[in-house]
Amino acid sequence: MLALFYIFIGVAIGVSFWQITRILNFRTSIANDADNAKQGKYAIYFMVFLYAMMIYCLIFMNVIMLPESASVEGEHDDRLFNITFWLIGIVQFIMQFIIFYFTFKYKGNKDNKAKFYADSHKLEAIWTITPALVLVVLIGYGLWQWNNVMDLSDAEDPLVIEVYAQQFRWDARYAGEDKTLGLGNVNYIEGVNTMGVDMSDKNSQDDIQVTELYLPKGRKVHFKFRSQDVLHSAYMPHFRAQMNCVPGMVTEFGFTPKFTTEEMRQQSEVVAKTKGINKVRSAKGEDLYEFDYLLLCNKICGASHYNMQMKITVVEPEEFEDWIGKQPTLAEVLKK
Amino acid sequence: MSEHHHKETFVTKYIFSQDHKMISKQFLITGMIMGIIALMMSMLFRLQLAWPEKSFSIIEAFLGPHQTDGVMNPDMYLALVTIHGTIMVFFVLTAGLSGTFSNLLIPLQIGARDMASGFLNMISYWLFFLSSVIMVISLFVEAGPASAGWTIYPPLSALPQAIPGSGTGMTLWLVSMAIFIASSLIGALNYIVTVLNLRTKGMKMTRLPLTMWAFFITAIIGVVSFPVLLSAALLLIFDRSFGTSFYLSDIFISGEVLHYQGGSPVLFEHLFWFLGHPEVYIVLLPALGITSEIISTNSRKPIFGYRAMVMSIMAIAFLSTIVWGHHMFISGMNPFLGSVFTFTTLLIAIPSAVKAFNYVTTLWKGNLQLNPAMLFSIGLVSTFVTGGLTGLVLGDSALDIAIHDTYFVVAHFHLVMGVSAIFGMYAGIYHWFPKMYGRMMNKTLGYWHFWITIICAYGVFWPMHFIGLAGLPRRYYTNTAFPMFDDIADINVVITLFAIVGGVAQLIFLANFFISIYRGEKASQNPWRSNTLEWTTPVEHIHGNWPGKLPEVHRWAYDYSKRVDPNDDDSDYLHGEDFVLQTTPLLPGEEPS
Repeated sequence: MLALFYIFIGVAIGVSFWQITRILNFRTSIANDADNAKQGKYAIYFMVFLYAMMIYCLIFMNVIMLPESASVEGEHDDRLFNITFWLIGIVQFIMQFIIFYFTFKYKGNKDNKAKFYADSHKLEAIWTITPALVLVVLIGYGLWQWNNVMDLSDAEDPLVIEVYAQQFRWDARYAGEDKTLGLGNVNYIEGVNTMGVDMSDKNSQDDIQVTELYLPKGRKVHFKFRSQDVLHSAYMPHFRAQMNCVPGMVTEFGFTPKFTTEEMRQQSEVVAKTKGINKVRSAKGEDLYEFDYLLLCNKICGASHYNMQMKITVVEPEEFEDWIGKQPTLAEVLKK
Repeated sequence: MSEHHHKETFVTKYIFSQDHKMISKQFLITGMIMGIIALMMSMLFRLQLAWPEKSFSIIEAFLGPHQTDGVMNPDMYLALVTIHGTIMVFFVLTAGLSGTFSNLLIPLQIGARDMASGFLNMISYWLFFLSSVIMVISLFVEAGPASAGWTIYPPLSALPQAIPGSGTGMTLWLVSMAIFIASSLIGALNYIVTVLNLRTKGMKMTRLPLTMWAFFITAIIGVVSFPVLLSAALLLIFDRSFGTSFYLSDIFISGEVLHYQGGSPVLFEHLFWFLGHPEVYIVLLPALGITSEIISTNSRKPIFGYRAMVMSIMAIAFLSTIVWGHHMFISGMNPFLGSVFTFTTLLIAIPSAVKAFNYVTTLWKGNLQLNPAMLFSIGLVSTFVTGGLTGLVLGDSALDIAIHDTYFVVAHFHLVMGVSAIFGMYAGIYHWFPKMYGRMMNKTLGYWHFWITIICAYGVFWPMHFIGLAGLPRRYYTNTAFPMFDDIADINVVITLFAIVGGVAQLIFLANFFISIYRGEKASQNPWRSNTLEWTTPVEHIHGNWPGKLPEVHRWAYDYSKRVDPNDDDSDYLHGEDFVLQTTPLLPGEEPS
């Protein structure tokens, strides 16, 4: 197969070389009317290709896109995204048509004369003001949503979780019953205390360290991010959430999970996407895939950057209380 | 000066030349060599992305110790994307594009004998050459070249423990970039001074061709922002080599706590993007300037809205220096700053839209001469619109959270600045090749080159948006570690095939370029029937550009198809031809446009 590929490449190069030398013997360089007519026609062919591809991708790649937002805050992201996407989609389809249609329509000809048309303040005003007005809407909605997402001050009884990044794994720590995280610093990293928690801080005692996240549905989760070595980024695409983890500082993000993992698995977009994935996997003879929320690293961090992930499971609140009750506190773990 | 007799040796003519026309060719050839290197790198990592586990003898041959049985190592993958980005952004699209065309066109289009300082101009090129050599050498150091991404965020770029490329490779990268910045600044200062001081009689600022405006403003942005990158790089050198803590704090790596205290990587991000974002426009504005000129000439029409075009260039330049934070919405900086940057970022859509609409209006009712240069310019408008529109998604901080650093971003910036700027560069080469070499490039090969390239450019980058919307982060060595991305494997293969065909198609251009230098059709003095001053110089290059006196300018650069009766499209051309050289005096009673 590969040999065939190389032979094909060899032949292709040979043919192109022959063609190029042949073409170069015609020393023509300035477009004449015949060229204009031909290239104008090609512009239309290209436009057809472009539209076919754009539409094909929009329709058939819809299934690979992320499903609807699994966080309450992300709903507005999706809405704003849809508005923006429709808008730029329409402009794109109109503009590309105009560009290539004009190329065809006004292709040069000896008998034609171009119109001398240097200025029109009216037209320019139109296409300055129209985008400006549209932008008012986009900027307004965008900023409102940005404040909505980034403002963590008004949540009642949020679940506080620290996410800790290091090459190339994630750890997490729940604040425990006192709802306050104990202090942490790289100087305290030792043995099982991989997050460098300061155990002399009384708030640290009931903290719970885990390697997989459990989140209760419907309760605001307040994440605090730290990093041990280099920049990482905690990317939770299904929740429309992302924040860098920066050594030397604590960054924050928050969202409220909307669907449990189980509910998400039933969701029609997820079902369709899972079907597509499993078609590929079974063709390769791999295990079938089941949907899970994930936290991915999304800031280049080293060789295994591509495989730095943590599973997130969203469950009903009662189930969550059940689960967290069974986890040992940090004090218990370190005493062992 | 022109009557001054230069005794030229091979060295002064071809190597340490101070003639702007020769220096521009030197920039172009060096840029092209760097471009070929960076393009081949992208072919290699596209192979890896499409067929992650497959063994390729080409990878075995090229990557030596950085591959295992024909499969590249993860470190090398990161190194390749890093160097591909660095070379393309700085060495090809900054030095290769600005260096070539600013040098060639500024003296020729404003009517000057040469740059303000030919000597500094020569230094600028040789510093660029030196930095290119160092960057290429860095590919061969034992632990591999810099591999922290072209944005080289510390601590990754500061700590060799974090990634092998952050050892000697990174040191060479920083040295190379420092020299590059010096080259770029010397060049930019020269361009600014030349445009301001050496314009010929009658060449008012308001009569400058748009290429001149674009290069002039680009040089100003460069002077404002490049020094900041230099300081960022210097502080990083201090952190790496002298134990300071500008960017580093609280780090535990390889089993030990490092001594760094109190620094912040976010500071680096601010400094980097203070150049990094204007850099996008340093890359793009010259391409837009070239396009303005070529579209107008080949449409046989004045550029529509000259003043609006100049003002949009200025507006873009101004806004470009106050939007850098949109690369950092999720860096941990204060969310309020995020709001400010969202606002300023989206404002850029206005001047950009004005430019796009003005291009289209210039095409309207034109008499389009579809030369390869013209097609590339039209292609630029197309990709600029496609790529620019998705900027509205990414510039909106609330939306950026969800797709930041995914392939959506990769697709966006490749279209809007990568492909667009390259198209501008190709357009410029096809258009001014007769000015550079006194011969013409072959149009048939030019057509092949254009159509294959634009089809492949869209074939690569349009589907890539959707991979990004699936949530796939960029700079992943492979996405096989995540079953949730298994359904995009086929798309990756298609993208790679388009990339390979598009990459190989550039050979058509190279063949055309190099063979035409020696065997191309001899150029006439003004082959495109253009208005600007460079087409009044003799075809054969001479020192001082014009024999005898410098030309005097009497009108703007865009009097194409000017009529006897401005309101009657059927009336005769005012000057008997559909173009009027800038040196042609106004007729009695003629209104200046």
